Amino acid sequence: MKLLNYTSRYFAWLLFFVLTGWAVIFYFQMLDEIYDSMDDGLENQKMLVIDNLRDLDSVRLKSDFRDGYYTLNSISEYSAKGFKDTYRDTLMYMKNEKDYEPVRLLESVFKKDEKYYKVKVITSMVEEDDLIEDLLFSIIWLYVGLILSIIILNNLILKKVWNPFYNLIDDLGNFKIERDSEIQLQESRIEEFNMLNENIENLINKSVRSYRSQKQFIENASHELQTPLAISINKLELLLEEDDLQEQQATRIVSVIENLERLSRFNQSLSLLSKIENKQFPEVEIVDINHLTHRILESFDDFLRHKKIKIELNEIEQLQFSINPDLAQILLTNLIKNAIIHNSDSGSIEISISNNKWEITNPGEIAIKAKDLFSRFQSVQDNSQSSGLGLAISKAIADVYNIHISYNFDNRHVFSLNFPLHN
Amino acid sequence: MKILIIEDEKDMLQNMQDTLVKQGYIVESASDLDSAISKVGVYDYDCILLDINLPDGSGMDILDFLKKNDKTEGVIIVSARNSLDDRIRGLNTGADDYIAKPFHMAELNARVKALLRRKNFEGSDLLKIGNLCIDSEKHTSATQHGEMELNRKEFDILTYLATNQDRLVSKSALAEHVWGDHIDQADNFEFIYSQIKNLRKKLKEVKADIEIKAVYGIGYKLTLS
Repeated sequence: MKLLNYTSRYFAWLLFFVLTGWAVIFYFQMLDEIYDSMDDGLENQKMLVIDNLRDLDSVRLKSDFRDGYYTLNSISEYSAKGFKDTYRDTLMYMKNEKDYEPVRLLESVFKKDEKYYKVKVITSMVEEDDLIEDLLFSIIWLYVGLILSIIILNNLILKKVWNPFYNLIDDLGNFKIERDSEIQLQESRIEEFNMLNENIENLINKSVRSYRSQKQFIENASHELQTPLAISINKLELLLEEDDLQEQQATRIVSVIENLERLSRFNQSLSLLSKIENKQFPEVEIVDINHLTHRILESFDDFLRHKKIKIELNEIEQLQFSINPDLAQILLTNLIKNAIIHNSDSGSIEISISNNKWEITNPGEIAIKAKDLFSRFQSVQDNSQSSGLGLAISKAIADVYNIHISYNFDNRHVFSLNFPLHN
Repeated sequence: MKILIIEDEKDMLQNMQDTLVKQGYIVESASDLDSAISKVGVYDYDCILLDINLPDGSGMDILDFLKKNDKTEGVIIVSARNSLDDRIRGLNTGADDYIAKPFHMAELNARVKALLRRKNFEGSDLLKIGNLCIDSEKHTSATQHGEMELNRKEFDILTYLATNQDRLVSKSALAEHVWGDHIDQADNFEFIYSQIKNLRKKLKEVKADIEIKAVYGIGYKLTLS
């Protein structure tokens, strides 16, 4: 839930309770005030009626309200004794409304010529149900109006206030430490945002520093390892050429060379990986992927023939992509090599190329657990010759050019490259 | 033939020197830019092996120096693998070849030999070994008994082994040279064997007086029979 909606929701609930409470209090207060003024009016009318009657010589009794707003009945002295003016609500048939409507009634007793009379004065009264209904509607309108204003206020003003915050979130979302992207922090008038900016800046700087030093370390380490490895391999090669060497010694030397070469290859892969991630291959040209695939397959030809692996190349369409040619070759070579190495003798490999997809399939019994397949050091099968970096390198190259690399298992291993349409 | 190796890594220098001396070259060395420039200024060499990263400067300066002084030494740049910049810059500044560290000694030997051949025979790139004559320009090889019909791989293998005559060439050096370095050690290079077998058969057909010996199953050696 968005921050704005979150606060709006609380406002809505709070307003609901406040307005409901307020409406109840308002209703009773207003009612009280209405009764008060009505009763005052009745009192006044009563006094007018009584004064009027006292002035008359003879009193004509009136038993209903048919021609006026009061009735007059004579009562016994006994009933009159101790009678106090009383106000009450009652119902009366209203001709205009054709219904019984509530009226306010004042009963009072007065004495004229030793006779007691009871006078009832009425006045039409607020219809409470109508009042409540009206009030309810007003309240609802008020509520809706308030909520709307809050939403508008939130969206206009708060959005503006929170703008730097949302920008920051966007920036953070787009920030990629390996891409050397920078975050443009906006100076804000709001202290909290400035604090947030400051802390984020520190955090990012710290992460970038440690990321760089880590990367630097890998680069330096692989660079520094290269020379001693080369020297050792060459020394052993020279040693191998010595004449008085026995076969057993020679095979041991060869075994050492092989292991050093493995280390050296691994090291080269590692430094290649850093170089790709550092984007140190800026030259880009349009590479014909079909042609490149042919070329790579040709270079593996002897190897494939030796392993009796059949290649089925299915070129549905031409695929061209602008990419660094060396990286394109490494990308495809690694995937093809992967399919060759993890294949059985007399197995088969299927490659299909369409205008935005390159796919390689090789037989396999069980799916590779794909989760970390493309991360470093994931040697899927126990293959001592594999550095475990081949797929990581492919992934790194694919990432640089927004190519989507994926693995699927459908009774066969399927590695696909989905090329972005616009490149 | 005089070769100058400019390399600051002592052991590396020693290895290169040993390998080239064995091949019968006169080898001199320099381990920094200063001494390299003074040597290049005074003497003429047939070939210079040049490391780009020197303690007191860049090997590129030597290329500039050679150019300015109209010196025609063949230069092979020796540099860390994958430094594409070095390769492009070096070849643009007049270097003749580029070899990436780490390399096999056989590879170094082949490169030096190829460079010297190109320079000294000006185009006609003939390699004679026994009664066999290999023309790397025209990609042909023949004896007086006829021409060999070789595919590209077989021709490359033959040339490489011939350049490293009497020296042990390991399978990995051979594979890297002929098939490219991405082939790795996949399958222990068993696939090389069938190529060698064909090559031997074809050498026999033209009665070449050389033979390719397998050495302890680790590599091959081409010798005169």
